[in-house]
Order: sequence, then structure tokens, then C-alpha cells
Amino acid sequence: MMEEVQDVTSALSVHGHNIKVTDVLKDGDTLTFVIVSQKVSGTGEYHVDRTYDDVEWLQQHLFSQEDVPGLHGVIFPPVPAKPQVNVTAKGMKQLGFLGLGEWQPYCKALETFLRQVASHDLLKKNKAVEIFLTSSDPPGRQRVKKNIFNWLSQAMDEMRKEGHKDVDEFFQAQRDQNLVMTGCTKNATERFLEVVLTEQKIAVACGHFSAALHLCVEAGEDPVKQAFSRICVKLSEVLESMKKNMMSVAENNVNTLGLGLDLESRYQEAEKEMLFRRTCKLVELETARRSAEKAKPVKKAAMEEVKKAAESEFDHISRVAKQEIAQFESERVQMLQQALVGWCEQQLLTAKESADQFDRYLQAFRGMA
Amino acid sequence: MASSSERSPPPFPDSEDQDVLDSEEVGGRESDEDDGEDLFMSTSEQPLTEMDTTLPSATQPSDVLMSSPLDIMSDPLIEPFSSPVENKSAGEVVSEPSDDFVDLTNNVTEPAADGVTTEANDSAAISSDDFFDILGSESEALREEVVVVDDNAEAAAAAGKSEVTGSVTDPPGTGKQEVKETSTAAVVDISGDSSASDTQQPSGIDKIVNPLVDLLSDAPPSADAKKPSRAAMDLFEDEGSDLFAEPRQTKSAKQPQKSLFGEPDEDLFGEPLGAAKKKSINKEHKDKSVTIKAAAVNNAGPLQEPADLFSEEAVTTAPTKSNTSTVQSKTNGVHSEEEADIFAAEATVELSLDSPRSERKKKKEEEEADKPSASAPSLSVAASLAKTQPAALEELEEEDEEEQEDTFDIFVSVKDPEKIGDGMNAYMAYKVSTQTTLAMFRNKTFTVRRRFSDFLGLYEKLCEKHGPNGFIVPPPPEKNLLGMTKMKVGKEDSSSTDFVERRRGALERYLQRIVNHPSLLQDPDVREFLEREELPRAVSTQALSGAGFLKMINKATDAVSKMTIKMNESDVWFEEKLQEVESADQQFRKLHALVESLVVHRKELSVNTASFAKSTAMLGSAEDNTALSRALSQLAELEDKMEQLHQDQATNDTFSFAELIADYIRLLGSVRASFDHRMKAWQRWQDAQTMLQKKRETEAKLLWANKPDKLQLAKEEIAEWEAKVTQYERDFERVSTTVRKEVLRFEKEKARNFKLRIITYLESQLQSQQQLIKYWEAFLPEAKAIA
Repeated sequence: MMEEVQDVTSALSVHGHNIKVTDVLKDGDTLTFVIVSQKVSGTGEYHVDRTYDDVEWLQQHLFSQEDVPGLHGVIFPPVPAKPQVNVTAKGMKQLGFLGLGEWQPYCKALETFLRQVASHDLLKKNKAVEIFLTSSDPPGRQRVKKNIFNWLSQAMDEMRKEGHKDVDEFFQAQRDQNLVMTGCTKNATERFLEVVLTEQKIAVACGHFSAALHLCVEAGEDPVKQAFSRICVKLSEVLESMKKNMMSVAENNVNTLGLGLDLESRYQEAEKEMLFRRTCKLVELETARRSAEKAKPVKKAAMEEVKKAAESEFDHISRVAKQEIAQFESERVQMLQQALVGWCEQQLLTAKESADQFDRYLQAFRGMA
Repeated sequence: MASSSERSPPPFPDSEDQDVLDSEEVGGRESDEDDGEDLFMSTSEQPLTEMDTTLPSATQPSDVLMSSPLDIMSDPLIEPFSSPVENKSAGEVVSEPSDDFVDLTNNVTEPAADGVTTEANDSAAISSDDFFDILGSESEALREEVVVVDDNAEAAAAAGKSEVTGSVTDPPGTGKQEVKETSTAAVVDISGDSSASDTQQPSGIDKIVNPLVDLLSDAPPSADAKKPSRAAMDLFEDEGSDLFAEPRQTKSAKQPQKSLFGEPDEDLFGEPLGAAKKKSINKEHKDKSVTIKAAAVNNAGPLQEPADLFSEEAVTTAPTKSNTSTVQSKTNGVHSEEEADIFAAEATVELSLDSPRSERKKKKEEEEADKPSASAPSLSVAASLAKTQPAALEELEEEDEEEQEDTFDIFVSVKDPEKIGDGMNAYMAYKVSTQTTLAMFRNKTFTVRRRFSDFLGLYEKLCEKHGPNGFIVPPPPEKNLLGMTKMKVGKEDSSSTDFVERRRGALERYLQRIVNHPSLLQDPDVREFLEREELPRAVSTQALSGAGFLKMINKATDAVSKMTIKMNESDVWFEEKLQEVESADQQFRKLHALVESLVVHRKELSVNTASFAKSTAMLGSAEDNTALSRALSQLAELEDKMEQLHQDQATNDTFSFAELIADYIRLLGSVRASFDHRMKAWQRWQDAQTMLQKKRETEAKLLWANKPDKLQLAKEEIAEWEAKVTQYERDFERVSTTVRKEVLRFEKEKARNFKLRIITYLESQLQSQQQLIKYWEAFLPEAKAIA
């Protein structure tokens, strides 16, 4: 199955930009996502249900395309971490914003991933994408061998190469910048997540307070008592609306800036990985060059071949990487801008709403006898 | 404090219960009631039937009973004589009863001197013996304390005495004289003590005079009423002037008292007794004693207004005795008040209620005399209680109007917490500033410096004085060892500043609540606390932290509730209220925990926002894209502002809800304490009733066994206990009324307080939201400008 997929490259039969993850179903420990995509041919949609295994399958295939020159130069759209139904503290930390709520943020992130893949010039040609989006049979239910992951784990041993001096100033600059940005973005994302979590706690606390106030209501004809009961009920309403307000503030945070920062953070990681892959290739190439120089005449030709192959591969990678980086930079800024603007607008709306509510309650209290 | 509740049985010098016959117990109750009625009847209709031996004892309870028929007779006369103008004549008439007093005192001296208590023909002897014991022991206790005024007092006493004894026909033996002197010395001592030690004390006279008054009321049967003697008058006048003139000169703090008593005095005794005019402070007490005396001798001078006042009271209480059922008695109690109202003299109520009050005090003193170690401090408490009583009652009358006004022209602020000293001896001092236009204060604004223990000391003083009367005394914040230790160690972190600020606010609200309370505001200690430059160090609070104090209250509460668990609450209102208070306490505690967690989260949010702001700033500086970098820096600034906003909200939550609710948890404790005090009053009343029952049974048995001499004694005891029962019942009714009013006031205040606080809270919430909107609106163009 894998073979046939790999060989075939064709145009995607669906639009990449409006793929949607419309629903998520929880079945025991696994989550099943309903993915909807519109056909290019005209009317009609594909509705498929996919699990995280299928997503992993897709990723495998993307990583292991062998006929794409400079594949290692591609910044692969980052796939969200595996969702865990019973989110532990550790799992929560890994998932970050995506672990919040009823998986809506996760769906959003998955949707973004699929859109990125389906819109990517190099990746969308892969048959696996088509299958993933359109086939009614879930493709990824059997385990596949993890080429690129193996390669990556092997690459871990070569971590020292990370500090390897680049031949290209552009890439050297990119690598330095990426290193800083990865740290900063990650940090900002985590801090922002803490803010959101605290906001949720406040919302919950407001809710409890509001509920407890209802218990203070005393029955009876006594006007003083009734007055106090009215105050309690009203205050309970106030807190309920404060709770809602805080909830929507937190939700706004998650849906806009939260997801934006999360995506940014994961993309930075993906870029880092790409740059690292390129650096590894660079090291490989340099080794090949050295061995070609030192090689005895008998092996000289073979070594030259290896060197040439490596050179051309490295060139491919570098070319693709340059494009990818340029693409990433513009998309990244745009994405962050959208996140910020959306965030700001939503929060503004929420703040105005709650100001109105406070005003109303204030009038109500003032009017209270 | 708890000790007063664990009342030891009052001393019965001749408790001859040993001959109690069990077989008669069933019938005892019935016969008691009959007896009671018989007594009342006999006093009016056939007072002389049992003349030989029983008359004295039958008239023994005459302070109540004797006058009841009188009242009936003089009913038409009540109105004219309740008008203050008539008081002069009353003053004249007083001279008549006064010789009763003389006689009485003579009588008193006799039994006391030779220690004989069973003289059948001396009616006053037995009961007065009681009093004598009390007075004697008191005087001893007091004398040790008050050496300063002793001279003065004794001189006055001696003068009065000698006159008295001189005019009396009975040959005054030296021994008698001595004893008599001790008794009067006791009187004067106490008053002298009062002048010397404290402002509350003067009322001591009230308490002491009353026992004497009781004696006086016993007097008529045995007295030769026709003998005119100014001596007793003199005695009283001397007392009055010495006592009250002197403190007035020396003590500036006298003034509050004047205002306390000034008004009723003028109402009732507009021109009382001519020369006594000067002694306006305690004139009333003296007058009262005269009054009661008059009541006692009513048969001699029936046209006495004070007597009417008194007998008026007696009327209502007399039936109470005949009906032992609580419900009935309750209605009676209410009735008596109403009647008093009808007579339109505030002071009437005051008077009628005051006398039993002081009587109770006297009883208390009996107990305390038994425990000499406790006598000194608690005596002063008792004295102060007796004094504040009339004021409190008066206040109750006026309270409704005052409450409706709701404008207390006094504002207290607590500012500038300052750590004084170093190490573990350090303490916090606060500036207490008062702004007022009330005439009772010398200045419009004044500031004093007080330390925390002073606040606690004030609370304890107020509690001791007003607690037993059923007032809800607003409690100060508890001592907080942890917070204070932090302060002492000198850690200037956010939690300690938070602690200081919280406490400052709590103290301010505590004081404001006190001055908002119409009765507490009148308390001299409150004014002293607000006005006086240097306050004597509150010592007891050092060992007794607020929390410990509350714990003690709770312990006492538990003990009391256990003790009176069988209290068959006949008043549904109280039953319901108590339950409400209990559940409100639970709910407030829950709310408090919830608000505290909300505050914790708010603070957390503020901290997290700050760190997000920091990381955003870093991200912004790392960012290559200039527009994005700029926007991120702006965002960092925005988040910094938001941090402040969140912090403000946390503070707002704290002070609007957490502290308010904490206040009310403490206040509910005070409410419960007031319920407990009511229960104690009830318990005392019940105990007295039980005792009365026993005495009656004893009497019945004695009657059966035909032991006339002992019977005499028993009858006297019965009379004594009947009086006590009446007084305790009235005490209970009064405390009940006070508690009721206080609880209603508390609830009203609660609703008002919460409403105001919520409005302030919403205002600040609205403000912060509007601020937030501004922030967002400022940021939006920055975000849009990125691309």
C-alpha cells in the first residue's frame, strides 16, 4: 500500500484552504475527528473520520517521500501532539492550549495542520494526502515503519552538529534567530497558557461563589430578610455574569492568541528541525568532500560520486529551505497579526459587554430599596 | 466571664431545707400558687389577720406586694403624680418614710450585731441580715480598694448615722452603732469607690441603695411610722452629694454620665428635693430610693407619685407570680412595659426596670462576696452595668427613631499603621481620627494613637458591660500570630502589607460599627478611646488574643447551651432566629472560603499576567519583523497595565467581599453571644423559680409540722425569692427585648452594608472594565498595523 502511494503523485481533488475538522467523537481512549473538505470538481464534500493514528500515517508518508528533491528543506507543518483523553498534568503540559476545553482548540490546530499540508506546494502532491482526505477507509490503522523518526532519533546522537558552523551566512543567521525565537515563543506560550488557566479558575470560583450565594436566600415575609435575599440573588447574578465574562475572556485568549502562539511555537520547532536536518546534510557533505580529497585513486571516483550526490542534495535542500523560510516568515507574521487583531477585537467586545452588564447591575442595586 | 454564668447559689443564711418532706412535693406546687395568691390577697384585704407571727413575713415581700394594693387604691392618683411638678411634694413626703428607714436600720443593726437571725417579731431582721452580710463583706472588699475616699465617705456616713441614731428612740448600743456604720460605710464606700476609681462606679450607689430600699420596704409593719426624722433623708442626701458632687469635680469623665441620667432626671424629677438639685448626676438614684421607700410606707403617705411608679410596676409583677406559667408571665412582662409607656414617662420604665436591675446586681454581689478574689474587678463591672442599664433602656425606646434616621454624624478612620519597637516586642499602632459634629464630643475632629491591644481592650470592656444586656457588640479582628510575627520579623513582603492593610480596614469598620450603635456610642469607654490622648494600657488582652477570646466565648457558649439545652423556648421567634444565625454562620464561612480562593486566583492571575508581559517583551525584542516587534512591545505594556488591573480587582474582591464576610462571621459570633446571654438570664430566672418552689415546699412542710419560728424564716425566704423571680423574669424579658431589637438592627445593617458594599464593588468593576476597554482600543490599531 505504501509503495503505490509513494509512486503516485497527482493533483489534490479537494480544496486545501477550507478543510474543516467539524466534529470530534470520543470513543473510549481514542478521539475520532470528522474531516470535511470540498471537492475541486464542484459541489459535494468529502466527509471522513480519522483518528490520530491516521494523522501519524499521513505524517510518515510526508516525511518519507523519496522522489522529492530537497525534501529535508521543507518545513513540515507541525502536527499537534497526540491527544490524550484523560489529560494528565504531563500530557497537559505537552498539549498546552490544545488540551483545553472539549478539544475544540485541538480540532482547530488539526485543521490548520491539514490546511497547511494541503496547501503546501511540495506536500499536497503526495497521494497520501489525497487518501487521507478522501478515502472512506481509514488508512493508518496498521503500523508503519518510521523512517524519518528513526532517522531523527539517530540524528539525536548528532546533536553536537547543531553548533556546526554554517557555510551560508543566511542560514547561520536563521539558525541563531530560530534558536532565540523558539525559546521566547515557547516561554510566551506557556505563560499565556498559565494566564488562561488562571482565568478559568477565576471563572470557576465565581461560579461557586454565585451558587453559594443562592444558599443564603432566606424564605420569609420579613421585609429585611427579603431585602437581603434579593441582594444575594442579585449578587449571585452578578457573579454568574462575571463568570461568563471571565470564561469568554479565557476562550478568546485560547482561540486567538493562544492558538496563534501555539502554532507559532510549533512552527518554530519545525523550522528548527528543518534547519537541523540541513545542518546534518551539510556535515555529511563536508565529510564526503574530505573523504573524496583524501581518497585513494581507486576509490576516488566513487567518492567523487558520493560527494557530488551530496552536493546536489544539499543544494536542493538549501534552495527549498530558503523558499520555505521566506514563505514561513510571511505566513508567520500574517498569522500572528490575525491572532492579535482577532484577540483584541474579541476581548474588546467582551469587555464592552461586561461593562454593560456591570452598569445594568449597578443600576439595579442602586434602585434597590 | 464564664464564672458569672456559673452562678453559685445565692447565700441563704437559713436554708432550712433539711426538713423537706418528700411526700408533699406533688401538692407543693399547687399550694405554692395558692399561697402566692393568698399572699397578695392578704396584703390588701386582711393584712393583719396573721399578725402575731406571720404578718411580718407576709409583708416581707412588701417591696412588691405591699404596694400592689396601694396601687390599686391610688390608681386614680397616678396620673397627676407622675407629672414631674409634683416631685417637690414627694420630697416632703419622703421625710416621713425616711424614719422608717431609720427604724429599719436600727432593726438591722440589732440582728447583725448579735448575729441573731430568727427574731420573730423583727420583720426586717432576717432579710436585712442577708443584706447585711452582703454589705458587710462588700464594704470590706471595697474598703481595701478604696482608701482614698474612705475618709470622706465615712465621715459622711458617720454624720448621717449619728443623726439617724440620735433621732431614733431605740437606744443605740455601741456595737450596733458600729455595725450600722459598716453598713452605711459600705454604701458610701461603694459610692466613694466609684468616685475614686472610675466613671462607672457611681452607679454603685444605686445597687447598694436598693438593698437598703428593700429593707425599707420591710419596715412599715414594725416601724412607728409617725416619727418624723430628717436624719435618713440627710443620710441619703449626704450620700448623694458627697458621692456625686465629688466625682463630678474631679472627674471629667463624669460628663457622659450626666448626659445619661440628665434627661430622665429632668423629666421625672424636674425639681427634686430642692437642695438635691446639684446632684443631678445620680439624683435619680437617690430619688428612686426615696421613691421605693415611699412605696413601702405608702400606707402612711398614700399620695406619693414615686410610690405609684413603683407600685405600678408591682401590679404587673404581682400577677406574674401567681401565674407560674411562662407564657402568661411573658405577656405580663410586656404588659408592664406598655403600661409604663402609657404613663408616658420614659423614666418610669427606667425606674421600674432599674430597680430590679440593681437588685440583681446586688445578688450578683452576694455571689461575689462569696468569692472575694473576684469581687474587686467584677464589682466594678457590675456597677458599670447597673449604670449603663438605664441608659440602655432609654436607648431602646429611642432606637427605632434613631435607626430610621440612619445618619450618624460621626466618622472614624484608622490610618497610618506604624510598627513601633523592634523584635518580638514590636507592635502596630494606628492613628484613630474622628470626625463628628455630635455635641457630646469636645472637638469636631480629633486624632489619637492606639495600638492593637487597645482595640481589643475596648471590645472587652464593651462586652463586659453590654454583653449581658443582650447587646451585640461588634468584635474587632482577631489577633493573628502569623501575620504579626511576620511584621515583627520585619519581612516587608506583599503578604505582610496585605495583612496590615486588611487589619487596618477591619479596625476601621469595627470602630465605625461601634459608633454607629446608638447605645455603644454613649459608652464613656468608647469616647475615651476616641478622645483621650493617653489610654491606660489594656493589660488583659496581651495574654488573651482575639482568637483565644472568641474561643473562650465559644467554649462558654457550648457550656451554656449544654446547660440550658432543656430550655423550652417558648418564643418561636428566638428559636427561628437562632437557627438562622447558625445557618448564616455556616453559609458565611463557606462564602468566605470561596471568596478567599477567588482572591487567590485573582492574585495568581496578576502574577501570571506580569510574567506573560515579561515574556512578551522578550519575544518582541527577539522578533525580526519590525512591525511585529513593535506590536509585541506594545502588548507587553498592555499586559503590564492589565496586571495592575487584576491586582486592583483582587484587592477589590478582598475588601468588598472577603473582609465584609469575615466581619459578619465575627458579628454572627456576637449575635450568638447575645442569644447566650438571654439564655443565661432565662436560666437564672428558672433557677430562682425552682428555688422559690423549694422554699414554698419547705414552708408547707413547716406549716404541717407546726414550727412557727422556722415558718417565719421560710416565709421571709419565700418573699425574697419571689422578688428575685420577678426581677429575674423581668431581666429576662428585658434582655429578650434587647436581643430582639439588636438582631433586627443587625439584620437591617447587614442588608444595608452588603448593598452599599456591592454597589461600591460594581462601581469599581465597571471602572476597571472601562479601563480595559480603553487599553484594548489603544492596542487594536497597533495590531492592525503589523502586516
